[in-house]
Order: sequence, then structure tokens, then C-alpha cells
Amino acid sequence: MSILINKDTKVITQGITGSAGLFHTRQAVEYGTKVVGGTSPGKGGTQVDGIPVFNTVAEAVEKTGANASVIYVPAPFAADSIMEAVDAGLDLVICITEGIPVLDMVKVKRYMEGKKTRLIGPNCPGVITPGECKIGIMPGYIHKPGKVGIVSRSGTLTYEAVHQTSTRGIGQSTAVGIGGDPVNGTNFIDVLKLFNEDPDTEAVIMIGEIGGTAEEEAAEWIAANMKKPVVGFIGGQTAPPGKRMGHAGAIISGGKGTAAEKIAKLEACGVRVAKTPAVIGETLVEVLKERGMLEKVLV
Amino acid sequence: MNIHEYQGKEILKQYGVKVPEGRVAFTVDEAVEAAKELGTQVVVVKAQIHAGGRGKAGGVKVAKNLDEVRTYASELLGKVLVTHQTGPEGKEVKRLLIEQGCDIQKEYYVGLVVDRATGRVTMMASEEGGTEIEEVAARTPEKIFKEVIDPVVGLTPFQARRLAFAINIPDKLVNKAAKFMMGLYEAFIDKDCSIAEINPLVVTGDGEVMALDAKLNFDSNALFRHPEILELRDLSEEDEKEIEASKYDLSYIALDGNIGCMVNGAGLAMATMDIVKYYGGEPANFLDVGGGATEEKVTEAFKIILSDEKVKGIFVNIFGGIMKCDVIANGIVGAAKQVKLDRPLVVRLEGTNVELGKKILNESGLNIVAAESMADGAEKIVSLVK
Repeated sequence: MSILINKDTKVITQGITGSAGLFHTRQAVEYGTKVVGGTSPGKGGTQVDGIPVFNTVAEAVEKTGANASVIYVPAPFAADSIMEAVDAGLDLVICITEGIPVLDMVKVKRYMEGKKTRLIGPNCPGVITPGECKIGIMPGYIHKPGKVGIVSRSGTLTYEAVHQTSTRGIGQSTAVGIGGDPVNGTNFIDVLKLFNEDPDTEAVIMIGEIGGTAEEEAAEWIAANMKKPVVGFIGGQTAPPGKRMGHAGAIISGGKGTAAEKIAKLEACGVRVAKTPAVIGETLVEVLKERGMLEKVLV
Repeated sequence: MNIHEYQGKEILKQYGVKVPEGRVAFTVDEAVEAAKELGTQVVVVKAQIHAGGRGKAGGVKVAKNLDEVRTYASELLGKVLVTHQTGPEGKEVKRLLIEQGCDIQKEYYVGLVVDRATGRVTMMASEEGGTEIEEVAARTPEKIFKEVIDPVVGLTPFQARRLAFAINIPDKLVNKAAKFMMGLYEAFIDKDCSIAEINPLVVTGDGEVMALDAKLNFDSNALFRHPEILELRDLSEEDEKEIEASKYDLSYIALDGNIGCMVNGAGLAMATMDIVKYYGGEPANFLDVGGGATEEKVTEAFKIILSDEKVKGIFVNIFGGIMKCDVIANGIVGAAKQVKLDRPLVVRLEGTNVELGKKILNESGLNIVAAESMADGAEKIVSLVK
């Protein structure tokens, strides 16, 4: 099993005729993802690689029965695309687009209140359930089907963690990139809850970074609720305050959001935190060995 | 993006937020002329740099006559101010704000931020104006009041009044304070601010509610729809290498160390700085070349790193996903041809087309140290620069 997506997930690509949308749709199809359609206003009725293109998300959903969408629409228009997907009643919307104005996301969050759609991202690599479904920009081949869940605010650092587990014979149930923006759809706790309830996830890697207090809140939730071991890493231990480290959300402001605080809180809540990004996999193995669980997760 | 105080006040004025009458001055003569025009007995001479803590650092002077204006203006212009936000190297003062003095009865704090936890804009206010709000938060958190704002209706008058009463604005000025707050909120939304801080907001002897200082930061992701804000950018306040990097859409932050880092992805770039430090080195920069970097971008990134004289060695750490290792390798080779590679270079490549990337580097004839892993690479570069 897995969380969020699996072999039955039917996906549409919003922005399928753009270069990023097209490239990653092809990659997803090659991986085995069921891409059933796409949208591009004004290009409805055409096809891309045999995939039908629609003018609106509502029409795409009606004609294809899609239950998830992925957004590659440019930043100035991406918030509107998310709302269109929510309006169409999709279960899951994954927004890859980077650089959406934060006040646009404030509106999107408000718009989503009381609606059933779950949003992942924006500014994220996407979600992958290895061997079944890949929605996003991650390189599929580094993943292995397995039993470790991964949740992360950073893209390439997620690949790093995936690679470090795969090369040690440990596969992943699902890897979720929640994105590096200050206002996003899904937070650590939402994903941890899903992993906690997923019978096929045995352990979780959580990768955070400086800025905000999402990691601290997740740590408290883990201490109170998590039945499975969690291994962590926090990027930005050496980042100076007041400087935005690439991600809009990665900034230490007003003395808050430092890596040291986050690491201390996670450790206090029972999460083993990797000392460097190079030993995330090693740290996981160490914890699993101590708990006698390593055999369970080896593929 | 940051702007100067005087620019922030100009914006706020357009939204009905009261600010003291003032003029910007680039020279001593302009400063004296501005003071004459203002015509008040007391004027304040304020250094304009993109950093807080100017008052404590001696960047704000009260002048009682034109001679004093001249003295203070000549003192401040060209002076390097070191505040808790500038770093030890400080910032040179190139502009002054000459402002009418006002009769301050009491100082307050009002600020707006986007609260991550709620995903909403939140207004904060405190009776403890004039001091760092972080200090107030640490010492007396009960003195900070918050109102979470619904983006559909915006800051409502009752919320603004509730804040004004909570921070003990004199009763007869509460409506003026509420109007001030609503104007501030309107400016924040209209201009896509990321932070708006009025510290202090003051109540004056003649019953006015004014912004004595104004700090506005803007969401750089929203600048595409604010050409008027982009015009306010003061390049002399920014690091030259950061400006150069932004031309190529590279995310670069200058730091104090001597190991240049080139990485793909913001998270991995931060983590690379961390691992360099873990092995005893000091990173010279944060540099994310992005997910879809081209050869040209990699070349420019490399040139920017090499242009920093502090850099004694370079660590390239790439996990190629969409970004292919051979593209990175070609970019490095291209850069090394254009600028002389006179410092040690350690490259760690992993991911898509890794073998091809390694082959390109091996056959380039360049003096490149290959690393087997991120840790191996960090260790190697640290020992090479020592």
C-alpha cells in the first residue's frame, strides 16, 4: 500500500502544452502513471501524445474521471489553476509551480476551506509511489517500492534521501514533497498522519529546513501520536538570519525558525536527527537496527 | 525586496497612513534645503540604509537649527553605519531623510506578516514601541496582540479598534489609530508586501497618530505585477554578486567563508553549506542553480563564484534528477575555459547521466578532484583549502 496516490490514480496535467508540463507528463507516462488528460485553455479538442486536451478542468474531469491533477502552469496564473482544480472537485491537486506570490496562496487557502480537495505544494517536486504512480518532477529510477515513507520540504534533498535508502536496499512506500513555500496546502503533520495509518509504511524520514515552526509542531505531534520510528534531517544549520535561502519559506526571521531549535525539539520528541545530509540513510538503518526492524524494510 | 524608509513612507501616504512631512537628500546642501522647505524648528536627520537599528548606531539625529542640519548631514553622509542587522562590515550612508520633528507622547508597534500556521495575514500590535519586537516577544509576550485577517473581508474596523484598545491608544484617538491600521493593511495587500512594520507608531501632542518609521519588504515572487516597486530598488544596497546572479535567475547569497558552493536545489544547497561546516570549513556562499539549469547558467554561476576573491576552493554538489549530470559537467568545463580555474575544485555528481558527466570532467584535462559522496567531497574541499 501507499498514501495519496497508487496505480489506480487517474491524473490530468494542467498546463500540458507548456514545455515543463509536456516533458514531465511524458516522463510520468513512461513511469506507468495513468495520465488520462490535460488542460490548456484554447487548445481543447486537441491531443498530446494521444492524451486528450481540454479547455477547462471541469470538462477534463467529467470526460476522463480523473481524481488528481498536477499543475505546471506559470507562477502568475498558478493560483487560479489550483482553484479551478478545487472547483472541479478533484481529490488531490499537486502544484509543482515555483514562485507563486504568497498573497495568492493566502487566497487559495481561504478558497479551499470546507472543500474536499487536498493540495500538495506549491513549489514542490510532487508525490511518488514507487512502481505505481509518479506525479511530479522527481527522477523515477532512483526509487524502489518499499516500506519507508518520506516527507520533505525540499526537492533535491528528497532525492538524496531516496537514493541513500534505495542503495541500502530500503524501498519507499510513498515520497511526498510538501514544498518550500511559507503558505502551502499540506504540512508535515498531515502527511505523518497518513503514514501512521498506512499498514505498509514501517518508518518515516522527515526532511525539514529553516523557517517557520512546522517542524516543531510535527515533533510534538510525533511524540503524542506516532507509532512508527521517524528519522529527521534539518537543512540550513549554518544559514545566517534574515537571508532567504532560495525557498521563499526558508528564512530565519525574528530569531525564529533556526535549525538548532528544530533539531533540539525533534530529538526531544524521539526523532533521531541525521548529523549531516550524507548520513540520512545511515541514521535510518541505525534506528531500524536498534528496534529490530531492519529486516522488515529491506527489499 | 527591501526599500528605504522614505520610499515606504511615500507609499503609505497614498493609503491615508499619516507620516511626518519629509524630503530625501543625497547631499549636504540638499539636506539643508529640505530643512528650510519643511520650515519647522526641529528637524530629524535620518540615515537611509536597508537595515534596522539605525537609531542605536547613531544614524538618527535631531537638529534644532539649520547649522545643526548641516553638521549632522555632513557627519552622516558617507559614514559606515554598523547596526545589529548590517553585519560587522556595516553599510555606507548615501541618502538622508530630512523630516519634521514631532511632539511624541508615546510610542507603539504595529506590524503585518503572513502567518504560516494559519496561512493568513496577521496584524500584530504592542504598547512597547521603539524596541525590537522580538525582544518584547521574548520578555513580555502578553504585551503583543494579534488579529488574524480573513482575506475575503480584509482587516475589519472592529478588529483594528480591538487592537487599538488593547495597546492602550488614548480613547479619543482610537478611531484615528484604526484608520491608520486599515490603511496599512490596504497598502500591504495592494503592494504584495511580505512584511510591513511601523516601529514606532506614535501618538503626538497635537493628537495625531503617525508612522515615525516604516519598514516595508516586498514578496519578490509578486514583483512581476509591481513595476512601480521594482523602480524603488536601490542596487547599491545589494551585494554585486547577488545582483549578477539574479540576472541569470540563480539564487545566490554571499557568506563570509572561503569555500564556494554550487548546488542544484535550495534544500541541498543549504545542506551542502552545513556539511562543509561540519567538516570544519566555511562556505563562501549559498548557490542554487535551479532544477532546469542550462550549460550557460552553470557557466555564469561558476564565474560568479570565482569572482569572489575570498573563495579558495569550490565544491560542486549535484544530485541530477531533471538536471542532467552531463549538462553540469559541460557547464563547468565551459566556465573553466572562459575564466582561469586557479583554485581547487571538488565535484560530486550523482543521478541522471552520472557516468557521462564524470567522463566529460575526466577527459577535460582540468584539475578536478572527483568525490565519491557528499561527505567525501566536503572533506576533500575542506582539506584542500587549508
